[in-house]
Amino acid sequence: MSTPRPVCLLAVIAFCLLPLASRAQTPNLGRPLTPEEIHKVDITVWPDGKGLPPGSGSVSAGATVYAKSCQSCHGPQGSGKPQEQLTGGVGTLASDKPVKTPNSYWPTATTLFDYIRRAMPITAPQSLSNDEVYAVTVYILSIDGIVPADAVLDAKSLPRVKMPNRDGFVSWWPTPPSRPSNGQAAPPKPPR
Amino acid sequence: MRKVEGSEAANLSEDRAAGNGLIHRRALLRSALFSAGIAAAGAGIAQADDGPGGNAPEWMKMPGRPFSAYGTPSKWQEKVQRIFTITPGRAGTGVSRTPLQLLEGTITPAGLHFERHHNGVPDIDPAKHELFIHGMVKRPLAFSLDSLLRYPMETHIYFIECAGNSGAFNQPQPQQLTAGELNGLLSCSEWTGVKLSTLLGEAGVASQAKWVIAEGADAAAMSRSIPLEKCLDDAMIALYQNGEAIRPEQGFPMRLLLPGFEGNTSVKWLRRLNVTDAPVNARDETSHYTELMPSGKARQFMFAQAAKSVILKPSFGVTMKGPGLYEVSGLAWSGAGRVAKVEVSADGGRSWTLAALNEPILPKVLTRFRLPWKWDGQPSTLMSRATDEKGDVQPPRASWIAQYAPGQQYHFNGIQSWAIEADGTVKNVYA
Repeated sequence: MSTPRPVCLLAVIAFCLLPLASRAQTPNLGRPLTPEEIHKVDITVWPDGKGLPPGSGSVSAGATVYAKSCQSCHGPQGSGKPQEQLTGGVGTLASDKPVKTPNSYWPTATTLFDYIRRAMPITAPQSLSNDEVYAVTVYILSIDGIVPADAVLDAKSLPRVKMPNRDGFVSWWPTPPSRPSNGQAAPPKPPR
Repeated sequence: MRKVEGSEAANLSEDRAAGNGLIHRRALLRSALFSAGIAAAGAGIAQADDGPGGNAPEWMKMPGRPFSAYGTPSKWQEKVQRIFTITPGRAGTGVSRTPLQLLEGTITPAGLHFERHHNGVPDIDPAKHELFIHGMVKRPLAFSLDSLLRYPMETHIYFIECAGNSGAFNQPQPQQLTAGELNGLLSCSEWTGVKLSTLLGEAGVASQAKWVIAEGADAAAMSRSIPLEKCLDDAMIALYQNGEAIRPEQGFPMRLLLPGFEGNTSVKWLRRLNVTDAPVNARDETSHYTELMPSGKARQFMFAQAAKSVILKPSFGVTMKGPGLYEVSGLAWSGAGRVAKVEVSADGGRSWTLAALNEPILPKVLTRFRLPWKWDGQPSTLMSRATDEKGDVQPPRASWIAQYAPGQQYHFNGIQSWAIEADGTVKNVYA
């Protein structure tokens, strides 16, 4: 007994569609998130200031926070020892002895705020208030004169701080630039 | 190291492949080459002739120890340990390196996988951990470990190499350290998990999105900007390593795994993926893992680890025991794909020959290379040079150094050289 023709055709169509349908199907077990849930954990601060919280800090308030929470690792005025040096080295990058610090090397002031807020002090990360993070950020920036000694920074002014090395990075993603910005000819073959 | 006395290595002269005793890799296929030595050694052991048990070793004369719920290495292997470089006063901050020269094959035991922690290893209760995917997506979603375990899984072998691996090669003088101390921020595992593209597909990525900011749930909230293109390609949320749940040091309960990319981007203890249109300039992609050039400018977002190889046998601390036939062996890899070839020199780079590559040769996976070498007992310099399937060739150290500012030490992939002294000791040299 032969299968009726329409049934056979349907089976063929169903078979052809199967791989397509199964590829599109995924378990969909994610729990939908509310904006409030995201806001609670989203601590990322962007170079344009997006993500900066309310609050503000002055250099003098920052000096107090620094003395209490930072100096035992980073030395007086960010001079380093036993841990990383935070200040100095501005203008040394092209020299024989480049000194890479947040002040000399990091391209954006928001990076300093973001990193302190998420990771410092190392013995009690995420323990500083937003005002304290603003304050210690502006204090570190003031030591090398990147901001004046009477500066007060907040969500509006922090992204406007001009870091000395703001033009110092060349992105190699997705492809290396055809001519490096130092004006030299591009290498014949990128290293990767 | 296996060794065959000169008299047993007959007819090797016709297999001479390059200067100073390197033998063609085809000789490895002739089992007689090394088995002759093993047979000779076996013949030297006296047979038991005092009846049953008379000459048996002590472990044959009593019952062995009972079962153990989770096995550990032999006590005779207790020197095979990770090598620490820890920030003073911060027991959980720094690195531990894989002792590459004490291992064989290509898979790193989970307990010897290198570590880089920025503020210790968190002890995460998986019932209280979720992965958030949000930002430029149509449906922000949270995934628990339990939910991810119900997803289709993929299993792949991949190496992870820290961007700072082999940084000591930028020192003016060659450091007399073991291959693991120099290059052990490199490990290779079988990883099982969920393709990240599946989860991003469920969240619905907006058309203007280009980057994803990944964040860990450690006490550094370690954060990196990852190209969306990579996240939709071969990126995975790894849940298992070498068949068991990933270890706390490797990101339990879940880690990002970006095959071939510098290790720092494979964010451990992954808790958040923020889909966005631009990188964020996180601390670890500005202060770290950027390449300072002589001009004072720095390259950023290099990502893929370059073609590289290192000889492990012999190497510093692995001494040669007199002239004879040895197997030179080591590891080669590339973050861009498969290893295409590894060349070996025994005369400081004057002549080279191809090493045999152990199958399988997989993309972004360590490949073991081997080559017979008849050492005549004279001072010699061994080098290896990898080429990947994209044509990237491991450069001489001096060429690599010349590209950069003097302090730059990330992403070193220059050729490494071991000098063998007449007494069999091995030194790190810049040849």
